[in-house]
Amino acid sequence: MIPELGHFSLIIALFLGMILGVLPILGAARNNSVLMGVARPLAYGQFVFVSLAFSALAYAFLANDFSVLYVAEHSNSHLPGQYRFAAIWGGHEGSLLLWALFLSVWTAAVAIFSRHLPEEMVARVLGVMGLISVGFIMFMLFTSSPFTRLLPAAADGQDLNPLLQDPGLVIHPPMLYMGYVGFSVAYAFAISALLGGKLDATWARWSRPWTTVAWVFMTIGIMLGSGWAYYELGWGGWWFWDPVENASFMPWLLGTALIHSLAVTEKRGAFKSWTVLLAIGAFSLSLLGTFLVRSGVLTSVHSFAADPKRGIFILSFLVLVIGASLLLFAWRAPKVGLGGKFDILSRESLLLSNNVLLSVASASVFIGTLYPLFMDALGYGKLSVGPPYFEAVFVPLMIPMVFMMGLGPLARWKKMSVPDLARRVQWGFASALVLALILPLSMGRFLSLESNKFSAMVVLGLLMAFWIIASLVISLKQRWSGQGTFMARVRRQSMSYYGMQAAHLGMAIFIIGVTLVKGYETERDVRMNVGDTVMAGGFEFRFKGVTQTAGPNYTASTGHVLVYQDGRSLGELLPEKRQYNASGMPMTDASIQPGVFRDLYVSLGEPISESDGAWAVRVYIKPFVDWIWAGCLLMGLGGILAVSDRRYRIHKKAVLATAPQSSIHI
Amino acid sequence: MKPRQKRALFIIVGIAAVGLAVGLVLNALKDNVSLYFTPTQVYNKEAPQNRNFRIGGLVEAGSVKREKDGLTVHFMITDLKRSLPVVYKGILPDLFKEGKGVVAQGKMEADGQMHVSEVLAKHDENYMPPEAKDALKRAAAPQVVAPVAK
Amino acid sequence: MMRFILPFVLFVILSVFLYRGLGRDTAEIPSPLVGKAAPAFVLPLLHEPAKQFASKEMLGKVWLLNVWASWCSSCKDEHPLLMNFSQQHIVPVVGMDYKDKPVDGNETLKAAGDPYNLVVSDIDGSVGFNFGVYGVPETYVIDKQGIIRYKLIGPVTPQNLQKTILPMVARLQAQ
Repeated sequence: MIPELGHFSLIIALFLGMILGVLPILGAARNNSVLMGVARPLAYGQFVFVSLAFSALAYAFLANDFSVLYVAEHSNSHLPGQYRFAAIWGGHEGSLLLWALFLSVWTAAVAIFSRHLPEEMVARVLGVMGLISVGFIMFMLFTSSPFTRLLPAAADGQDLNPLLQDPGLVIHPPMLYMGYVGFSVAYAFAISALLGGKLDATWARWSRPWTTVAWVFMTIGIMLGSGWAYYELGWGGWWFWDPVENASFMPWLLGTALIHSLAVTEKRGAFKSWTVLLAIGAFSLSLLGTFLVRSGVLTSVHSFAADPKRGIFILSFLVLVIGASLLLFAWRAPKVGLGGKFDILSRESLLLSNNVLLSVASASVFIGTLYPLFMDALGYGKLSVGPPYFEAVFVPLMIPMVFMMGLGPLARWKKMSVPDLARRVQWGFASALVLALILPLSMGRFLSLESNKFSAMVVLGLLMAFWIIASLVISLKQRWSGQGTFMARVRRQSMSYYGMQAAHLGMAIFIIGVTLVKGYETERDVRMNVGDTVMAGGFEFRFKGVTQTAGPNYTASTGHVLVYQDGRSLGELLPEKRQYNASGMPMTDASIQPGVFRDLYVSLGEPISESDGAWAVRVYIKPFVDWIWAGCLLMGLGGILAVSDRRYRIHKKAVLATAPQSSIHI
Repeated sequence: MKPRQKRALFIIVGIAAVGLAVGLVLNALKDNVSLYFTPTQVYNKEAPQNRNFRIGGLVEAGSVKREKDGLTVHFMITDLKRSLPVVYKGILPDLFKEGKGVVAQGKMEADGQMHVSEVLAKHDENYMPPEAKDALKRAAAPQVVAPVAK
Repeated sequence: MMRFILPFVLFVILSVFLYRGLGRDTAEIPSPLVGKAAPAFVLPLLHEPAKQFASKEMLGKVWLLNVWASWCSSCKDEHPLLMNFSQQHIVPVVGMDYKDKPVDGNETLKAAGDPYNLVVSDIDGSVGFNFGVYGVPETYVIDKQGIIRYKLIGPVTPQNLQKTILPMVARLQAQ
């Protein structure tokens, strides 16, 4: 009964979405306030009914209702409770429902926090979001309902994929989806601005906090996914450039460009049509990511082609949404005008270059991801594009970007003086360069490697990171100078300034992590008999053998590996090789001892000899690897700081109209 | 500078940047794309000689043999018409099994064997959501062979 | 202004590619035997090893070849469905006991019931190898000319039976 109620709620939500997508937009066009007034109640109503549907599915999972096909396919009575809940989004149908739920959450949030916006703007934004929800709910109802019954009911479920039985998976997809869906707000603002024909600074100001929040979710989501891959997949990589990851990375890159471009549009009224295009692009890539992942077009190594009906549906939806908005753009954008003027060397031009580089980077990821598809469709045969492609393209694009990232916050709007800027940064750049050259000389001893390694890539990476930090120090020094107590001077700067600097510092920390782990990691695959030791990067690993253990829904071979450094014990690592009962699937569970300066990482390969208990074992030393995620976290924190800026809470139009002249917010 | 000159300069810089990016992309694609071949195609000498390529097929039943070091593995990849001997050094993915699908990347060497640096096992036991399938693929894929201590 | 329509044009081109990419698997290895003649074989019967069965005998009929084994756990999943299906006498089903001891095979059928019109035993798996068996159970649809029309790897389920196998059998029988 409950699953049917869920299905029914979804149908009601669909109808509410249809009304929401038509009446308020019509009302805005005819200036009819009654029609516009229905937008908010409909948004709340839709949120209520989608939540009901989601709760119904949650109930089916928690109550082990295996007469629901989706539950029978993705859960099992022995599955621990928290994973039974997470299993809701462990498959296709449920993750769509989560998508729809988040869309209704964002819609309701816009309805609540938009009291100060003009009525027709709210009506249009909510209307556009309603239309998007119609597409997704129809997709669910027609091709992939999570409430389909399985009759007769299964005695027990097929279990959740073992890889997904992990705390990381409980939060990674929801975070990522919040980000994907969050870009729909920026998109809806852009579309309603195009519809209304009013693209001015106020439009940018309204959509900025929403875009930043979505970007924060996405940043954290990608970070969690990368961390999950690192500790769950058993071979120590943290980014693989594979289609599913790229699907989330492309909108992130464009979203990052959008945040910066919105800043310029708000402050200077420049790049207006470019900003609109970015907002459309970021959400389009979110949708495209969903299409690529859902349609099976790119899940290359797997023999199960996804249901082509679903692919056709999403593709049609994609064409409708993206095609219509790009046509609308082509029609309306020429009227928008280019906005404020600026010089070739100015903060605007630096931001514009950064925007171009981020977009080009996004496009290069796009090409690499879709290249096999293009070639196959053109009949050039089947091929794959490897991670070296992405590295070869990405790194050269990021070097000038990071260089400008350091200059941007120091440069002036409209026109900057090059000699003046050069004078301000010369010492910062020089000290970054010296540090980047010196540090690798002592890194070997610090990380207790056998020898020092000195490579151009390490120097370059460190130079970029230190350059960002140096520019940050210079900027803070300038901002904190002047009258008053130190605390007063610190407080005088806006939260969005600190947010920007925190995010940039996060980038520096991220670059340090990537550079050092790439430059100094030690990886060893070895055969180990019981009692064998192996030396890796100054650490001694002793293999004590394997014992059999049992988990709630799996059995495991647990390896016991003792770690020593200079004869001192650092504890025991317990990597596991699991065999899940219901699915019979094997799984590698790495054991990691994390540290600020290095992770020790051990995972089990396969048993080599039954008689003497020898195993193939992977031993990794990963210096500074955790800095990668710490950097992402700091970027996310920067976003939160920026959103908490006071001016977003002042809702009076009079205040909004005057942009502060002195402070610089990015 | 006059507005028109400024505009022209912007456009020139923009075109130069995009051109550079296109060059980068094409260059990287040239070096980092590997084509798929079947054992029959390799047998017919259709596969490149001094270049990495990918081979897809099944692990022939009974063909997996380990050297004494425990890490060097010999096996045959078959498309049921022809079989190709393959050497791999390292830890095999969880889902690697005799009789199951496999994709490997490497080069043909003078000894007539394909020396592969990457082995991906196919998962076809049951339906998986795309994210999981993809994760499985990644789980199943040791990307780079690390230096091996004997 | 042309430049504003450029994004739309690029997107249209992309959509064409995406459409063509649907249903394709960029790394798919086509099953080499579908559309080709089934490898001919002569094998002893499981119940009476003295007697032999030759695949030639099935020419002129549409039939199913179901590869199974006593040691295969997912074969037990599809077994009740096959039992039910064989009672409808829609199409003859030949079982092939793959890489199995005949004693074990016989015992399994005695305990769970025998859904097959006849069962051959492929003790060393050589015929199975010719068919390209790589995961048991597997089911082949073979037409009147002895050509393999469809190959299912994994257990038969109500869905793939109703949606794929039965319509195909009906079509082939009508030819």
